[in-house]
Amino acid sequence: MDPIFQPFRDDPHYPLDRYEAAADLMLLNMGPQHPSTHGVFRLKLVLDGEIIVKAVPYMGYLHRGVEKMVEGLTFAQMTPIFNKHDYVSPMTNEQAYAVAVETALGIEVPRRARYIRTILAEIQRIASHLLWLSTFTLDMGGVIGGGAAMMMYNFREREDIFDLFEAVTGSRFHYNTHCIGGQRHDLPEGWVQRVRAFLDRQERAFDEYLRLIRNDIFDLRTKGVGVMSADLALGLGITGPNLRASGVDFDMRRDAPFHAYDEVEVRVAVAQGCDAYARYEVRMAEMRESVRILRLLLDQLPEGPICGSKPVKMANAVRVPDGRGYTAIEGPRGEIGTWLIGGGEDKGAKPFRLKIRPPSLHAMAAMSYLLPGHTVSDVVVVLGSLDPIMGEVDR
Amino acid sequence: MILDNPYLHALIVGLPLLAVALTVAGFGVFYERRFAAWIQLRRGPVWVGPQGIFQIVADALKMFQKEDLVPASADQAIFKLASWFPMFLALSLLAVVPMGAVEAEDGSWTAAWAVSSLDVGILWPLALGGLMVFPLWAAGWSSNNKYSLLSGMRMVAQGISYEIPMVLTAMVPVILAGSLSLDDIVTYQMNHGWFAVWPPGPGLVAFVIFFLTSLAEADRVPFDIPEAESEIVGGITIEYSGIRMGLFVLTEYAHTFVAAALTATLFLGGPHMPFSVGPAWMGVVWLLGKTLFLFFVIYWIRWTWLRYRADQLMDLAWRWLVPVSLGLVMLSAVWVQLMEGK
Repeated sequence: MDPIFQPFRDDPHYPLDRYEAAADLMLLNMGPQHPSTHGVFRLKLVLDGEIIVKAVPYMGYLHRGVEKMVEGLTFAQMTPIFNKHDYVSPMTNEQAYAVAVETALGIEVPRRARYIRTILAEIQRIASHLLWLSTFTLDMGGVIGGGAAMMMYNFREREDIFDLFEAVTGSRFHYNTHCIGGQRHDLPEGWVQRVRAFLDRQERAFDEYLRLIRNDIFDLRTKGVGVMSADLALGLGITGPNLRASGVDFDMRRDAPFHAYDEVEVRVAVAQGCDAYARYEVRMAEMRESVRILRLLLDQLPEGPICGSKPVKMANAVRVPDGRGYTAIEGPRGEIGTWLIGGGEDKGAKPFRLKIRPPSLHAMAAMSYLLPGHTVSDVVVVLGSLDPIMGEVDR
Repeated sequence: MILDNPYLHALIVGLPLLAVALTVAGFGVFYERRFAAWIQLRRGPVWVGPQGIFQIVADALKMFQKEDLVPASADQAIFKLASWFPMFLALSLLAVVPMGAVEAEDGSWTAAWAVSSLDVGILWPLALGGLMVFPLWAAGWSSNNKYSLLSGMRMVAQGISYEIPMVLTAMVPVILAGSLSLDDIVTYQMNHGWFAVWPPGPGLVAFVIFFLTSLAEADRVPFDIPEAESEIVGGITIEYSGIRMGLFVLTEYAHTFVAAALTATLFLGGPHMPFSVGPAWMGVVWLLGKTLFLFFVIYWIRWTWLRYRADQLMDLAWRWLVPVSLGLVMLSAVWVQLMEGK
């Protein structure tokens, strides 16, 4: 990359008039209507020919006011809202919310329920990473091209996952299966065997994916593209696979265990490449790791109740007293945090404030650091490799 | 004889050829969609007609019914003209391709049945293929859209870069056959073996490079950078709608078909039958078969590969394809010298 773009990579606010262009610069608004912006996202690009001098991300086109809306809802009414802001991993988002309220109330979740949550979270991680893989290759190969082939293969396995979730919750996408203190649905008969069969299929499918996409063009398009140093990633608060691809060995599943992660060994995938290829490596390794963890969890799955010993009889009776706290779990995209201030309306039946910390929002902040010096073609690769979900970014 | 009149000859041979080319281009859309569906675990179009074979008719009817939108800020005249020219150019490339083979009494073969047997035959498709850049660039520029502009620029850069290895590798058969005429090139192959096979080495490499560059000329994956829909949203066709859009799509298929036909003619012996199966007109079937085989290889590549980036494409052209094809030209010249020296 040309060193003249380095100041723009170091500081997105570096004045544009210090850049000496051979001809006029062109301003290109990429999005909000654009096939590869993963939702409704706008990038203002200042181009010198095809090369990006400056990139400014604009978010908020999908803002639905979730955080304000939940201030008027009781705690039991909120779960269906929470599985909609990140619509690619609804299961994990419900869990982030359930964990937050349970921590605030000091409720102990039964061991079986914690296992079920872990199993569902890991299957959700595979589903989410599969969607990432398909959109990532779609961006590189095109809807009419090799990317679409990859997507169809990924969706074959995602379909299996939806069938599994449907068997548990009765719903294919927005599950509403977590309640405060445990699970709403127990695992149906024969479900464990179905998951095992799925894991075998999935493991074979990984090799199939690799045969489909691993060639020189894939390497050319991803290696050295969107290099994010560990300092930048830590400074921007980036978590999850994006952080681990920058060489930082941090995973909340191992370092701050929640659910039943303290009872299984999680081998954290870390890559040193810092580029789009490293992010690909980390996510592929994580999917394989999820398969391994799932097998362990299914072996150890305990019997017992799935909801708290003192069930909350009246859903509306959950009252979170005055006080504040931050809880976080590791979702497929990174740390899904919940900042909860209790003691809202009706003596704490509603939250005073509930702030969601979405991992994708922080990843989007990196865009303006990563893009200068790259070409327009690389925008979609960098954006795809960060795996943002706009519903979660804007909430 | 009636065919002695060049105009009548062009009419009698040319019209069926055009009909076949357009039909194949049209049904190429259908074949490709079913082929892609097969690759991708889908079913593809199956509802219109038996096995969905009339899907293209339904699509074309839909295209004709749509409103012909011309953006107010576009350069109206150029915008409208630019959508028609690529089709003319793509189809005219076929004019010099000999489609038949005639056996002489002494057992040697001669190529025949080209619409026009130009003495400088090979220059015609190369020149028209080069011209192809102009209407596409005009479409990109006149649309008055930034994505189209980027696409037009990419189109020009790619067209010019890939023209060079394409012309150079096309020179390999010319040198080996000792003639610019496609008739002579095919005749030579009929009597001495296909250039993709003999002489071993340069012919095969030239075949692969020529095939790759014609992919780039026709904007096919992995070189479909000018119309990358995930980056610049379809590029030059972004502002086109209705039948003008349909023309661009059909041109793509026609151009791909023609590129495959040309590759088959230059390197796979054109209408030459590797083993005799019936009368001389079977040569046409063989040419069509070879062309369709290459056509499917193109779509096989298209539905399984990712695309290059613009600068990597230039790298590939200038660092690898141009030097290698220059070497091939020299090699084949040396080969001819050695063989004739014997």
